[in-house]
Amino acid sequence: MSGALFLGWRYLVFHQLKTAILVASITLMLFLPAATRVLVNDSAAALTSRADQTPLVVGASGSPLELVLSSLYFHAEQPPELPFASFVELRDTGWAEAIPLNTRFHSRGSPIVGTSLKYFSFRDLDLAQGRLMGMLGECVIGANVAARESVGVGDSLVSSPETVFDIAGVYPLKMTITGVLESNGSADDDAIFVDFKTSWVIQGLGHGHQDLAQPAAAAGVLNRKDGLVTANASVVQYAEITPENVAQFHFHGATGDFPLSSVIVVPPDDKSGALLRGRYQDNNQGMQMIVPSSVLNDLLDTVFTVQNYIILGLAILSLATIAVITLVFLLSQQLRKGEFHTLSRIGASRAYVATLIASEIGFVFIGSLLLATGLTFAVRQYALQILQSFLSL
Amino acid sequence: MIELRDIDFRYPVIGGFGIHIPRLSIPAGECVAVVGPSGSGKTTLLGLLAGILASARGATVINDTDLAVLDDGQRRRFRIEHVGQVFQAFELLHYLSVIENVMLPHYIHAAGADRKDVHQRALQLLSDVGLGLKAGSRPGELSQGEQQRVAVCRAMLNQPALLLADEPTGNLDQANKQNVVDLLLDQAQRNHSTLLMVTHDQSLLGSFSTVLDIQSVLTVTTGQGAKAA
Repeated sequence: MSGALFLGWRYLVFHQLKTAILVASITLMLFLPAATRVLVNDSAAALTSRADQTPLVVGASGSPLELVLSSLYFHAEQPPELPFASFVELRDTGWAEAIPLNTRFHSRGSPIVGTSLKYFSFRDLDLAQGRLMGMLGECVIGANVAARESVGVGDSLVSSPETVFDIAGVYPLKMTITGVLESNGSADDDAIFVDFKTSWVIQGLGHGHQDLAQPAAAAGVLNRKDGLVTANASVVQYAEITPENVAQFHFHGATGDFPLSSVIVVPPDDKSGALLRGRYQDNNQGMQMIVPSSVLNDLLDTVFTVQNYIILGLAILSLATIAVITLVFLLSQQLRKGEFHTLSRIGASRAYVATLIASEIGFVFIGSLLLATGLTFAVRQYALQILQSFLSL
Repeated sequence: MIELRDIDFRYPVIGGFGIHIPRLSIPAGECVAVVGPSGSGKTTLLGLLAGILASARGATVINDTDLAVLDDGQRRRFRIEHVGQVFQAFELLHYLSVIENVMLPHYIHAAGADRKDVHQRALQLLSDVGLGLKAGSRPGELSQGEQQRVAVCRAMLNQPALLLADEPTGNLDQANKQNVVDLLLDQAQRNHSTLLMVTHDQSLLGSFSTVLDIQSVLTVTTGQGAKAA
């Protein structure tokens, strides 16, 4: 019967276009429901896994989902800003460890995450090379950023302006890379981490320039009055923080008013967590404290409902596809009656002809199944990135 | 030696066409042209000899094997091992190459033969008929004369004891007709095969050692009645 398989294979190879259309149709029929399920389930697992590791998040009042996506994945629209004083107040309660986050800025599409060193131990992030940032202007990058930008320790990245028309606003800051993180398959792989004060420098709240008290900067002085020195436009502003000029960097205004995107809150026990949540419920002062896993579960309930409707729709489409394929197949057999008659006259049995037909069906289905499985695995590989790209739209 | 004795055959439809052959003997290695008007039973005779049709009564003996006592599966096996057939419309498979078409009997029933050896034999047959260089072509790329030569090679692959050709020149021009007949006769002689070729073309009869008028050996029966041939 291997001859029948050979003939079946040769028939399919000869009718490449017809075979390709059949395989594509059946592949889609198998792939779409499987991919939908895998995409949703794996994404849900990845989302909830990171959310489960993040006990509480504090942010300004607004969309809880936006706050979670910003704090955990650095990809959503920016939530309303939170004053730094809120972080200080939270930290000083002593009920929890507080980790500041400022996720407003980007560098060539990669989010710049202003945070503290506690973030790295909280997320169990290990360095593949280099060290953590130790000075203003230094950064640690995720594995994907290093690969995408082909950069490593000692290289630098420049923050992107928020808009191309932002001439008078945020200056690009050249950041020196001091470390590259090991990949852990999370949003951290795609982020650039800086100290939260560096993110304020990027925002223009802190800056560095020539010391106007020095004679070398005399040309940059507009006037001096009562110990107050006013600079003119010719004063040299630093676009990069180096050990030589770091002392010239300073912040204007009250630090307590400086912005953060959110604060990750890690209470040592359930009681501390409950106390904190009660405090924010009673007196929220324009802020909210959320449990990320609860917020994501609400989202996932909706996603699963939509998934069920999609799969139902695909099942109906699959039935229609099967009906059309069956019709095409039966018509094809009708057209091949002469060929089967010839085989029979030469000496082929009915079982042989049946094997020939079955082998053609088998090859098409096996090919489709392999293709659908491969595509589903590919989707599984990139499930989180795909979902993130959807969410950031 | 081919021998048919007291054959009664009728197609299994109400009032269907049938034939009766009291006795027919053809010596082994004979090249026979079978002639007769349309509807006289020529194709039915070939069907009985190939074991495609089974008679309800009588004996169809080919080289000591009585097809009448074989079941369908055994007749198929006998056919593919001992009978080569050439059809009027060539009946090559369009999706196979020329050499794969010649090897078709092997793909249907390998009978333990080594595929390389069969491939070599198929190639030799094609070279013998001048198509060695077209072994990889598709049938659709060949002329009609070339396609019929491929069909002859396919029939000869298993070096059959009996070669049956049902109007193999029906779709060919005059030059190709004689070429195909010469080829059939040559291949039959090389393999010591018995050749029965049905034809309506009187100009080809001179090439055969025997001309068999079908009406002289069988009686056609239709429905309940019978008409004398």
